[in-house]
Amino acid sequence: MTDAPMKLTVVGAEAPIWRKRLLSVVSHGLLIGASILMLYPLLWMLAASFRPENEIFTSASIIPSSWSIDAYIRGWNGLRTSFSVFFTNSFIISTLSVIGNVFACSLAAYAFARLEFRGRKIWFALMLMTLMLPYQVTLIPQYVLFRQLGWVDTFLPLVVPRFLAADAFFIFLMVQFFRGIPRELDEAAMMDGAGPWRIYWKIMLPLSTPVLATAAIFTFIWTWDDFFGPLIYLNRMSDYTVMLGLRTFTDSTGMSDYGGLFAMSVLSIVPIFLFFLVFQRLLIEGIATTGMKR
Amino acid sequence: MTMQHVATSSPTEVEKPSVWRRIWQQDAPGYLFLLPWFIGFFGLTLGPMISSLYLSFTHFDLLTAPRWAGVDNYVRMFTNDPKFAASMRVTMFFVVFSVPLKLAFALGVALLLNRGMKGLTLYRSLFYLPSLLGASVAIAILWRQIFAADGLVNKFLSLFGIIGPSWISNPNYSLWTLIVLSIWQFGSPMIIFLAGLRQIPQDMYEAASLDGASKWRQFWKITLPLLTPVVFFNAIIQTIEAFKSFTPAFIISGGTGNPINSTLFYTLYLYQEAFGFFRMGYASALAWVLLALVAVFTAFSFLTSKYWVHYDD
Repeated sequence: MTDAPMKLTVVGAEAPIWRKRLLSVVSHGLLIGASILMLYPLLWMLAASFRPENEIFTSASIIPSSWSIDAYIRGWNGLRTSFSVFFTNSFIISTLSVIGNVFACSLAAYAFARLEFRGRKIWFALMLMTLMLPYQVTLIPQYVLFRQLGWVDTFLPLVVPRFLAADAFFIFLMVQFFRGIPRELDEAAMMDGAGPWRIYWKIMLPLSTPVLATAAIFTFIWTWDDFFGPLIYLNRMSDYTVMLGLRTFTDSTGMSDYGGLFAMSVLSIVPIFLFFLVFQRLLIEGIATTGMKR
Repeated sequence: MTMQHVATSSPTEVEKPSVWRRIWQQDAPGYLFLLPWFIGFFGLTLGPMISSLYLSFTHFDLLTAPRWAGVDNYVRMFTNDPKFAASMRVTMFFVVFSVPLKLAFALGVALLLNRGMKGLTLYRSLFYLPSLLGASVAIAILWRQIFAADGLVNKFLSLFGIIGPSWISNPNYSLWTLIVLSIWQFGSPMIIFLAGLRQIPQDMYEAASLDGASKWRQFWKITLPLLTPVVFFNAIIQTIEAFKSFTPAFIISGGTGNPINSTLFYTLYLYQEAFGFFRMGYASALAWVLLALVAVFTAFSFLTSKYWVHYDD
């Protein structure tokens, strides 16, 4: 990534050195202050999950007086169903969503970016319009449909739409990337008698790992975080995702066991945080080039 | 993709390739690749849109067949539903304050970072983290604690001898806690602003400096005008997101939208109507009003954009 900071070369007026230094110190001071202010709540929650229960409401510091993992043990089994079930469910739903999104969206994106067929522009425009569509507009008929299919209280309503490229955003993201791959590669392959499927499978996909990875990571994170879908479609506690488990925790024991609640909250964002640590460059580039919502 | 036998099956069209063969060779691959998307588009988007438009003119409780109601739902909404009015007020207030403030923060920090600061990558990552985590239930839970009567904010205020209220349960402040949560996630528009700032050619600044233009003037005459496409883009995305916001309000108010409906987001009210009271027809009407709102806003933005968004080609 090109992170070379751009220098504003001021020709003509030479600012005195001390003024530049002061400006730099002030800027760094502001930024460091803002970073601390922004991250303090997160660090405080982390600390709260490790500190003795009676200290949670009395201390604003981010260093516990003594460390204990009791809250994690209490929280993990704090509900009728243990959090291992919720984590397993979340992993299953997120992983299947990733597979569905990468596969279905790349198929559609290849068609839009590379294939010539009548009506392409119209379909592409319609696809872009679905980007702006608030999901509430299709929510109720979708619910009725899935209910008639007997899919309520299964993972299917959360996963099957991903295999039907319902996240148009990722189609758009991939179209942008595919358009940047030199056409000569397809043409050469076509000369050798390769059909569209082989070009897609042997040329496009292998050359598109950055965008496929970006789509996969964002799909995982957004699905993991998703609250509304599971809230509507999953009613049995054995099917709950981590987010639903947390919400139930706040309803039942949360009021008394804040330590356990914070411990589970921390655990619920660990997967996202790991993705952030490992793939932050990919995530930030993905946002910078396409302008993602989050 | 050779399907010669299709062409030769009709002897009258031996000279020119048959229509079917042309269609097969030209159009079929595209449509085959789009097949999953087509099923999704018709089955999960277009079909449901039409049927929710129909449902919005009915009374429907999910268990019995929809009963035609004409425009009853819409009339009730605008004349006889204080909760609808409240949710509309709350959502508008949220959009009007959270979006500009979030964008102002994002732009301010981006400008600061773009001055060739050391540690740009580190700062950028730190500021981005809340954006990535922000939609999570865990963060909403944390927020509820931070702004509680005995929460973190009041701990700090007490250092200065100020006894803060319970921000979450006071209707004057509860919505502001959600606005602050939204501003806290300024990282992703900030990254887009940074990318936009990189696109501005440096020689423009050099030329302006030669002419003796101050930094302040350069910002207003060069940076901001050239950045308007990015501002426009960010504003649209963030506004639509703000209209659709659901999880934080749900978690912080325990699904109620209280105190006194002060955090009753439009989406939350829609959820209550649909899945709390099973008034699916009314909820469909609410959804269509939301769509109309988003559509009007988007159309308005695009129409006015030619007066303030600077496109150089």
